[in-house]
Amino acid sequence: MAAINRDDVAHLARLAHIEMSAEELDRMAGELAVIVDSVKSVSEAAGDDVPATSHPIPLSNVFREDVVGHTFTAEQALSGAPDSFEGRFKVPAILDED
Amino acid sequence: MTELNNSELIRLSAAQLAAKLAAREVTSVEVTQAYLDRIADVDGQVNAFLHVNAEEALAVAAEVDAIRAAGGAEAEALHELAGVPIAVKDLIVTIGQPTTAGSKILEGWHSPYDATVIKKLRAAKMPILGKTNLDEFAMGSSTEHSAYGPTRNPWDLDRIPGGSGGGSAAAVAAFEAPLALGTDTGGSIRQPGAVTGTVGMKPTYGAVSRYGAIAMASSLDQIGPVSRTVLDSALLQEVIGGHDPFDSTSLTDPFDTLVAAAKTGNVTGMKIGIIKELHGEGYQAGVENRFNESLELLKEAGAEIVEVSCPNFKYALGAYYLIMPSEVSSNLAKFDGVRYGLRVLPEDGPMTIERVMAATRAAGFGDEVKRRIILGTYALSAGYYDAYYGSAQKVRTLIQRDFDAAFAQADVLISPTAPTTAFKLGEKLDDPLAMYLNDVATIPANMAGIPGLSLPGGLADEDGLPVGIQLLAPAREDARLYRVGAVLESLLEEKWGGPLLAKAPVLGSSSTIAGGSN
Amino acid sequence: MSTDAILSFEEAMEKYDPVLGFEVHVELNTKTKMFSSAPNVFGDEPNTNVNEVDLGMPGVLPVVNKTAVESSIKIGLALNCKIAEYCRFARKNYFYPDTPKNFQTSQYDEPIAYDGYLDIELSDGTVFRVEIERAHMEEDAGKLTHMGGATGRIQGADYSLVDYNRSGVPLVEIVTKPIEGAGSRAPELAKAYVAAVREIVKNLGVSDAKMERGNVRCDANVSLRPHGRERFGIRSETKNVNSLRAVEHAVRYEIQRHAAVLDSGEPVIQETRHWHEDTRTTTSGRAKSDADDYRYFPEPDLVPVLASREWVEELRATLPEPPAARRKRLQADWGYSDLEFRDVVNAGVMDSIEETIAAGASASVARKWWMGEIVGRAKTADVDPSELGVTPETIVELNKLVEGGKINNKMAAQVLDGVLAGEGTPAEIVEKRGLAVVSDDGPLLEAIDAALAAQPDVAEKIRGGKLQAIGAIVGGVMKATRGQADAGRVRELILERLGVEG
Repeated sequence: MAAINRDDVAHLARLAHIEMSAEELDRMAGELAVIVDSVKSVSEAAGDDVPATSHPIPLSNVFREDVVGHTFTAEQALSGAPDSFEGRFKVPAILDED
Repeated sequence: MTELNNSELIRLSAAQLAAKLAAREVTSVEVTQAYLDRIADVDGQVNAFLHVNAEEALAVAAEVDAIRAAGGAEAEALHELAGVPIAVKDLIVTIGQPTTAGSKILEGWHSPYDATVIKKLRAAKMPILGKTNLDEFAMGSSTEHSAYGPTRNPWDLDRIPGGSGGGSAAAVAAFEAPLALGTDTGGSIRQPGAVTGTVGMKPTYGAVSRYGAIAMASSLDQIGPVSRTVLDSALLQEVIGGHDPFDSTSLTDPFDTLVAAAKTGNVTGMKIGIIKELHGEGYQAGVENRFNESLELLKEAGAEIVEVSCPNFKYALGAYYLIMPSEVSSNLAKFDGVRYGLRVLPEDGPMTIERVMAATRAAGFGDEVKRRIILGTYALSAGYYDAYYGSAQKVRTLIQRDFDAAFAQADVLISPTAPTTAFKLGEKLDDPLAMYLNDVATIPANMAGIPGLSLPGGLADEDGLPVGIQLLAPAREDARLYRVGAVLESLLEEKWGGPLLAKAPVLGSSSTIAGGSN
Repeated sequence: MSTDAILSFEEAMEKYDPVLGFEVHVELNTKTKMFSSAPNVFGDEPNTNVNEVDLGMPGVLPVVNKTAVESSIKIGLALNCKIAEYCRFARKNYFYPDTPKNFQTSQYDEPIAYDGYLDIELSDGTVFRVEIERAHMEEDAGKLTHMGGATGRIQGADYSLVDYNRSGVPLVEIVTKPIEGAGSRAPELAKAYVAAVREIVKNLGVSDAKMERGNVRCDANVSLRPHGRERFGIRSETKNVNSLRAVEHAVRYEIQRHAAVLDSGEPVIQETRHWHEDTRTTTSGRAKSDADDYRYFPEPDLVPVLASREWVEELRATLPEPPAARRKRLQADWGYSDLEFRDVVNAGVMDSIEETIAAGASASVARKWWMGEIVGRAKTADVDPSELGVTPETIVELNKLVEGGKINNKMAAQVLDGVLAGEGTPAEIVEKRGLAVVSDDGPLLEAIDAALAAQPDVAEKIRGGKLQAIGAIVGGVMKATRGQADAGRVRELILERLGVEG
């Protein structure tokens, strides 16, 4: 288990799309190091023969019939939008042209 | 019409209120208004509510009263809890009221759809008093991580009400609501119940639909009742439970014998298992004392007390703090300033959508949420998945096996709900790890999907604050918890000479104007 | 935009051996979306075929569309795949404004179908086996429109608009194993493979399979290695190549480009390339980076899909006739020779001919129109014949006009041009352009008499029984009537005039 450092946190913050100041990165790296250290025993707890459990109560084949249900009007869909234009959500440019 | 004053009215249990409403000794408008008055009176001190829904609640109450007054088939068809008001944790979406999840990122957002449990409350015609405070996105054990200020414990306003559902528990404990909805991912219903002297039930995973509960950790989250009595929780779970085609993890089992179980409590011949790993070292002495006292009472009532061991529980907290943040990191990705909620523009540099998302999430999320997102992003990232997320899912299997073995020896398991009574506001705010340790006894149930009930076990000798007793049963055996819980509750109340909450300090203007006013 | 150096295709082939791979996304034509009950409909008002699930609202949960699962199993079976007895969905985590949850719910390491193959028949009848690695279920994203800037492209846009109507539409992604040994036929194989997949899903009825609508989308991977080397070269992935011809051209172009890069001694960059239909080139997209850490994990809001063998066999029993068998049957039904039929298939008009016959034309008439008139025009217009805009009904109507003697074949071709120019229905165009065959014998006889008078020696030959000489007179009449006469009727009238038995 590698220790978690400031560069790791900067990379993770980029992946998670959370802007962080230098001070925040330092603080977060310190806190996460403690937390990661405290959970590391988990990786040694179970052997290869133990299956993973992703659902606490096992179910399977839960399906929906292919029948049309309710829809929103464009107005309802956009009711909480920070910005919109002509029935669509408006977002700033995707690429940085500079 | 009513012979009770408001102060007495708001102290009735939901079951008592339901009986008086059915007998037309009191109207729903009177009850609802009494609670709204109480909220106006004490919530400035408690801060349990983020939004009060007076107009709609009174309209629903009036509708119920009109139906009852008209009589006939429609009155007959009314649900038992029709007209009994309820508060809702602000993690559950509601049409007509804001839903914030305790976060700045959703400030002012109104959901265009109702959660399934809200639809069920509406169908039962239960007036919704408002939305209660919580740790941001339900991440915390103290409600201090709310973006809208902490909720205070009605037993001591300098102390935390538990978390994340501190608002729901405090509202019920402070007589601001007879019932509330909570959500429990690692103890967020049960631990607040324990530290506020109220009842909190985390049903079996899938027993109550999660549709419309803003997801924290999908494989652990469960909506459940918060109340002042075991019977009230059973009544509420029967309203909100049942299969929901909108939730793929919803169970098809009926869960319709809960109220009956709470009414016919019996522990004679039952084996009740003490989990060796969930008491003793690390638990406050007053908590241990009350726990042992409950064991004695159960033994006297005819139960057999056995000891069981769950050796893998020592990994539960660690595994939880890998699985939960992993799911959090993905579930909270949708809050990006595109479709709803806050949008924050970067202060300088190019105005790309990527930078707007990052600025929005930086400004909209609090520290604890960020911490968990980063931790989860780490646990899922390439090269670490097997060691972290994969291993944690295996630990989950080991915990389930521990429970299977324990339930082979005992019908029900018992432990303190939380290691300590309510701590002081700010005491653990800067120490995430110490905060996480609060959930050590409640997390295993979420990891295994089994039901867990916390009920008041008395007051700790050293600080006079409430202690919670947790009962655990195998998956789908929610009724068993209500059966045992009701017995323990009545034995304890007999010992105390009444409900534990009667011992709580008096809040609000009613402390000076006895009996309240109309 | 810089232009990449390329080698000639022949030189590239001399030096290098191409390895291909394809990821074909098929949009299913279910009534509702993959995980929500909102309608799966193309082309409506923006953000109206959505509910809270498709918008990724707080609190929503997915529920799997059973018909989409069954369609996926059918696709797997038609691709000769094994069907997984147990499989799950996962979350692919990445931020993009067309992805409402900022993760895509997709199968990852547990696809519903795996280990299949498809036998592809090339134009000369050679059969090439393409191995299928997997076919998995996932959901489509919303649609971004880039505004501002000159090109309407993402580059240079001021802002973008998002329509989530397509968000959550069920997709099946079909991934091949690396395709080796195609050599210089790689571009042709690429086109034929995508055509075969499209034909299969259309034939199954599980997709509308219209490439121009994005129902079938292809990402083409190309890498080169020196002849004789086993290890693969570094590949590029050309995204969203959305017509059969473009697939062929894109693969051809990338082979030429890779060859030039390798020749220069530079390494090929592993990257996404964008295909430009206008210039028939690709441009560099995004290089693989650590931002591609998708942090897959099993979707906790969904439960596993168990495909019992009984269920799979039930679905297998509903599968329609496979395309290869269908081709055999159609050739026999239509009575085409092997050569005629292969030409029809290679020209990509088999489905169009089938539809035209279904609309009422005979097999020979349908072939005459598609192969004789439409294929050539499509080539000129540089589009697939089926995309030219000729409907089976147009052909049936045109043919009726010819058979009824209203217009002749030459006019019919003009009418077809009119239809393509958007002038209206064939009948309207005949009317507007005044193209009716002259059927009143009066003016014809006048023209015949004039032609006979102008060429008395020819008239004499005909009278004398040399009927082959009649062409000169017919030609004169047609010229005089500017082609509007019915040549058959002209011939009859000439013979009548000269008192000769025809």
